Amino acid sequence: MTVYVLRRLAQTLLVLFVTSALVFGGLFLVGDPVEILVNPNADQAEKLRAAAALGLDRSVLEQYWIFLRGAFTGDLGRSFVFGRPALDVILERMPATLEIAFLAMLISVCLGIPLGLYAGLRPADPLSKTIMAGSILGFSLPTFWVGLLLIILFAVELGWLPSTGRGPTVEFLGLQLSILHWEGLRYALLPATNLALFKLSLIVRLTRAQVREQSLLDYIKFARAKGLPRSRVIGVHLMKNIMIPLVTVIGLELGSVIAFAIVTETIFAWPGMGKLVIDSIFQLDRPVVVTYLLVTVFMFIFINLVVDILYSVLDPRVRLSEAKG
Amino acid sequence: MAALGQTRAAAPATVPELAIEGGPLKRFVAEFFDSRLAVAGLALLVVVIATALFAPLLAPQNPYDLGKLDLLDSRLPPGGTSATGFTYYLGTDGQGRDMLSAIMYGLRVSLYVGVASGVIALAIGALLGVVAAYAGGRFEQFLMRVADIQLGFPAILVALILLAVLGKGVDKIIIALVTVQWAYYARTARSAALVERNKEYIEAARGLGLSAARIVFKHLLPNAMPPLIVVGTVQIAHAIALEATLSFLGLGLPTTEPSLGLLIANGYEFLMSGKYWISVYPGIALLVTILSINLVGDQLRDVLNPRLSR
Repeated sequence: MTVYVLRRLAQTLLVLFVTSALVFGGLFLVGDPVEILVNPNADQAEKLRAAAALGLDRSVLEQYWIFLRGAFTGDLGRSFVFGRPALDVILERMPATLEIAFLAMLISVCLGIPLGLYAGLRPADPLSKTIMAGSILGFSLPTFWVGLLLIILFAVELGWLPSTGRGPTVEFLGLQLSILHWEGLRYALLPATNLALFKLSLIVRLTRAQVREQSLLDYIKFARAKGLPRSRVIGVHLMKNIMIPLVTVIGLELGSVIAFAIVTETIFAWPGMGKLVIDSIFQLDRPVVVTYLLVTVFMFIFINLVVDILYSVLDPRVRLSEAKG
Repeated sequence: MAALGQTRAAAPATVPELAIEGGPLKRFVAEFFDSRLAVAGLALLVVVIATALFAPLLAPQNPYDLGKLDLLDSRLPPGGTSATGFTYYLGTDGQGRDMLSAIMYGLRVSLYVGVASGVIALAIGALLGVVAAYAGGRFEQFLMRVADIQLGFPAILVALILLAVLGKGVDKIIIALVTVQWAYYARTARSAALVERNKEYIEAARGLGLSAARIVFKHLLPNAMPPLIVVGTVQIAHAIALEATLSFLGLGLPTTEPSLGLLIANGYEFLMSGKYWISVYPGIALLVTILSINLVGDQLRDVLNPRLSR
């Protein structure tokens, strides 16, 4: 187990290194941020001064070396646009992204598992067919377009919910959260629903598929034959076994929700880190883009690791030491 | 990780090993037509593809010909008419472009990008996967590790990074989509080929002294195809949605030949003033396209999945 975790950590460092090098080099080739940052009427001398101030007058290898040296001491560079440490800028926006991501996961798990269970246990039922048809629809709807529809319906036509920005926040454990504030929650509702839709369909489909496959297996037949009540067969025997793949997927989807928040935040002008990174890509604010990637890559790897460990806890048949981690 | 890898592969589109057995084609067709929903999906898909293919013949206007556009006609609601008596059934966009024509041409771009990236990714991924399964050893380990790591990251993030670095263009977005998709095919092809590899006909082929290339291309690859086709349909739908999303973010295609995603993005700024049609209609076209592919893919999976065979 320890060896496994250590090996994964080494792999993490390698992935972080490769990502940073690729993005650093790539963004260097895309364009010169100085052209975007300084006043278009600035003369050559002024541009050179700005470049020198940002450290952009050096060769790309030199710049990368400086970045790497800084990275080991926790300094990931200063944002060209904000003039502050890039990590601070990202961390400031992170709670906003995490709260809609969690809210979205909560919605999809709380609705998805019961619906999937129902559809799996009664495959011929008309309601099950409706659920499944709905899930294909949810699967096929382009998320960003649904976001626009939600805005048209709930903000423009009905005027029930606000469609842009983040509402008032409450400080909780040092984080600024809006979902704990009644008015703030109203602002978070549309983005979170939008983000949840795809995941909801995924969880419904996965749960149903698992239920259908597992119900045919001998242990379920045996439990029934023993005369156990239906609620116990489903609630204990079946649930335990369908939870294993579900936990994996839910864990991994949490990562993808955080990434997909880039789109949702852009549509709803939600001030999270996804919106920040899109703006930063257009402004060639390299330190912010690189830092965002390093932070998210790190988060994903962390989530994956937790899922793997959880997996071995849930399913005693899986031994991490055997797996070539 | 090997054990975990298998269950994870199950998430996107699970197709265990085997192909169809018995009297194949006839039973396959009969089973496919079992579901009315799937038939409807297939019919829709045919309409969508035909519209895309024959867009220049069907479209009332050439939306790329700027000389034909009249700014005075911009943002007309559906059913509005121009001064020359031309009816815009789905309204016009901010530049006075007929939405119906723009959607037909946009469909072409979206389908082209989706199918091209899907086919290239299938070719690359399937080949790598089958070779990995056949060759084994270091190459297999390395390839599957790379696929594992890459699939650990959401496709949208990988594509976003690539496009931020590559810039805009049809070729660039195809490169990005191939990069995010190859791993799915590689994994599916490998697991299918691993099962096939130990079967007697492969042993017989080896015993006959056939070359490795011949065994891989003529024996392994064709038998690994059914699951790849299922993954392929799902992936093409994904690719089309992903391209639309990236274009919506302003990171995909150039504005000269707008895909459906770009058309939707163009309507975004008019949304708040109630001019819904610029975003809504291209979105419906996108939805119908993806939905029809998914309906067909869903039924294909059920029909080709031996675990659920009736």
